[in-house]
Amino acid sequence: MESNHLAEIRFTSRPEELANLRKEVRKVLEKHGCNHDTIKNVVLGLNEACMNIIQHAYGEKHKGEIILEIIEVQGELVFRLTDFAETVDKSCIKSRDLNDIRPGGLGVHIINEVMDKIEFLDPPDGVGNVLEMKKKL
Amino acid sequence: MEYEIKTEGQYTILMISGEVDLYYSPRAREQILKHLGDKKHLLVDLSGVEYIDSSGVASLVEGLQLAKSSQLEFGLIGVSDAAMQVLQLARLDKVFPIHASVSERLDSNK
Repeated sequence: MESNHLAEIRFTSRPEELANLRKEVRKVLEKHGCNHDTIKNVVLGLNEACMNIIQHAYGEKHKGEIILEIIEVQGELVFRLTDFAETVDKSCIKSRDLNDIRPGGLGVHIINEVMDKIEFLDPPDGVGNVLEMKKKL
Repeated sequence: MEYEIKTEGQYTILMISGEVDLYYSPRAREQILKHLGDKKHLLVDLSGVEYIDSSGVASLVEGLQLAKSSQLEFGLIGVSDAAMQVLQLARLDKVFPIHASVSERLDSNK
């Protein structure tokens, strides 16, 4: 299957890195000719996924590297986020009931809303988690 | 993210602008909780918000809940398109009182 590797962005799991990540992602997608809505949605979803890694996978006390790869495969954008934290229990990662109005817990729901497909891949040795999100062009 | 505070009658207006993300949302939360803690009705102007994530939205939800439990008013003003998109995705756009402008909210008291 033909694929086009558009970018690889490496950053540390710190909240202050997120603004630059969003800027870099916008730049890559604009250069690739993506429309405004796609860019807006993708940036929102990726930001939420990175927040989850920073807050829950690494946690506030630990810092580590996060790698974002952006690939185009047959009219679909693939976003692969790799971290080196402890492997998370996938069964714990799900949307919550939105009728329960309370702060927090909205990230997974937002990712599901803006991306077409989201799945955790089996991490290779030495890797904590690999989250793959897909968005049709 | 930047913010400014104004007072209009019995209301405190917190004007937030820029990007409200995981790095900046604790500052927004701090301001929201501070003014509600001072027993002030609070209107949060989001017209200058270019980006908000779920941590920023969580600060607004916390403010709404604290206001309700303290019998204070909490509302959003001039919600930007970027902020409205996230509120709609989180299905919170009907949960917050939303006004077009501060004057619209104040005029409705007359």
